[in-house]
Amino acid sequence: METMPKWADVVLVPLISLVIAFAISGLVVLGIGESPVEALRVMVTGALGSSYGWGYTLYYTTNFLFTGLAVSVAFHASLFNIGGEGQATMGGLGAALACLFVPWPHWSLALAGALIAAAAFGAAWAALPAWLQAKRGSHIVITTIMFNYISYAFLNFMLVNVLRPEGSMDPASARFSEVTNLPNLGDILGLIGIPFSNKTPANITFLIALVCCVVVWRLMWHTRLGYQLRAFGKSEKAAVYAGINPVRITMYAMLISGALAGMMAVNSVQGEANRLLLNSVENAGFIGIAVALMGRNHPAGVAIAAVLFGFLYQGGAELALWTKIPKDLITVIQALVIMFTGALPYMVRRPVEQVFLMLKRPR
Amino acid sequence: MDFSSIILMLDSTVRLSTPLLLACLAGLFSERAGVFDIGLEGKMLASAFASASVAAVTGNVWIGLMAGIGASLLLAAIHGLASITFRGNQLISGVAINFLAAGLTVLLGQSWFGLGGRTPALEGDARFAEINLPFAEAVSGVPVLGQVYSELISGHSVLVYVALALVPASAWLLYRTRFGLRLRAVGENPAAVDTAGISVTNIRYAAVAITGVLCGLAGAYLAIGLAAGFGRDMTAGKGFIALAALIFAKWRPWYALGACLLFGFLEAIAIRFQNIDVGVFVIPVQFTSALPYILTVIILAGFIGKAIPPRAGGEPYVKER
Repeated sequence: METMPKWADVVLVPLISLVIAFAISGLVVLGIGESPVEALRVMVTGALGSSYGWGYTLYYTTNFLFTGLAVSVAFHASLFNIGGEGQATMGGLGAALACLFVPWPHWSLALAGALIAAAAFGAAWAALPAWLQAKRGSHIVITTIMFNYISYAFLNFMLVNVLRPEGSMDPASARFSEVTNLPNLGDILGLIGIPFSNKTPANITFLIALVCCVVVWRLMWHTRLGYQLRAFGKSEKAAVYAGINPVRITMYAMLISGALAGMMAVNSVQGEANRLLLNSVENAGFIGIAVALMGRNHPAGVAIAAVLFGFLYQGGAELALWTKIPKDLITVIQALVIMFTGALPYMVRRPVEQVFLMLKRPR
Repeated sequence: MDFSSIILMLDSTVRLSTPLLLACLAGLFSERAGVFDIGLEGKMLASAFASASVAAVTGNVWIGLMAGIGASLLLAAIHGLASITFRGNQLISGVAINFLAAGLTVLLGQSWFGLGGRTPALEGDARFAEINLPFAEAVSGVPVLGQVYSELISGHSVLVYVALALVPASAWLLYRTRFGLRLRAVGENPAAVDTAGISVTNIRYAAVAITGVLCGLAGAYLAIGLAAGFGRDMTAGKGFIALAALIFAKWRPWYALGACLLFGFLEAIAIRFQNIDVGVFVIPVQFTSALPYILTVIILAGFIGKAIPPRAGGEPYVKER
């Protein structure tokens, strides 16, 4: 029986979870002797008060759009892909190899090539855990965690022993050629007459991430594969009875998820640093989990949650700059969001349901 | 390589295995009771921070240890609440706990000590001293056996011996006591335990509490035993290596000792040798440090023996009405 209207389930419950997460974080800020109101003010002005702030916010948003979509696609097939971090790490390697070793004539081709390489590397890194889950029954959560660490070691090896330019001490690749530089979001918006700072790392990848949201939405709700994925996630037994091949679906779900996570790295590697660094992913793979949970696994929700976390990331950097609060406050907020939206959904849901039941009761 | 450098390698293996062993046994209790715990890392980190801060302020290592265990227990209680009482997703709860610890330790550390997330360096009574076993000094001149006794067996902090003693203790508790039987049963078939009139909830909370205490010991050993203070993200994935060791050990205490010693040995090799030249080719250090994870994936895949997790693991227990 429907105990509460759909809007309450989709909007109210995540919103209440978010408010609780912020309230507890506010208490933590109070606890270390700082003012939560002041902290929020610094974050809002720093991240949303100028087009410069928005630029950084949207740069981070781009990362989280990709990883959030990645986690949500796997969630639909009831697979918990905790390996977005590793898949994005490998995606970064793919993007960097494409940018370094192919003489691209134009940035658009370089972008396409880097996206394909990043998606392929990310998908490949998700393929083995998916196959092991589907065929050998090894738990995907554990294998993807292990693959995260293996990818760090592999990237470390590639940067230190293979890609590092002669004579450089830095574990980083050489700079990519100028041709591969991506158009800045400020320049693109300038073309259509919107004044926007071009001093930020936000770039055209943001638009590609938005396209991915639409594509994932079409895929999940308007194709046969999407239907099979969701059916498999809801009930594996029923799906198998309906003739859906569990191995095939597990593989598809994880390949799509890994490809999306891998594409995230194009934004940070080609869009910002213009070379491959040890820490190109910056936890975006893990934040994808919070984004997917917060966004209720729907691309529209993921988009909103990604902007929220983009705001938190840029706001957190501003906090560290202007106040005594370290930007690790953001990690705490992120943890609380994951806790309340992911692990404790019933704690918030049940009271809300009770309220709606009381309102419904005939007088 | 001569004999004394072998002893040195083994000595650092013991040191590096200890936090893994404590965390691995911690995970053992929780997972054998059917509560998955990927938050070992976070609990260790919280304990490392709490023990180092309190030891720095009080100057007493034991009060520090208690604080570490307390912090770890607190996170364990949150995990228990989320996964037992509110029947939430145990994996997601573990992820949240890892982030909570990573964020809070640096946040509080920075605001209390202002050292960029580190705690002040500890010395004297604020750290665990090395215990020299009787006659260690006297027999150190005796070749082979004397060296083994005085350098390998003697001269570790008390938590190393505690960790080693906890292996038979855990085995006894799990396989020879009523509580252990119930704990394992709760992880395999909670409905049967419930039918026998025993509270599944209580047993699971007890298991999660034991996990909290052991993770507390593991974290405290890192910060006030092995190192002299807390540093940002000082567990550096040890909680996940312990998780890997737990799977490698197929959720058994004695195997856990073996797995942790093996993984500790790999870590010691990676620190001591960097790249290893085996003549035909060079094994890069990154491969050695990734080996625990690779081995775990192979074990999980069932290519060398099958690791079968407790049957009711990850499932919240819903009493039938």
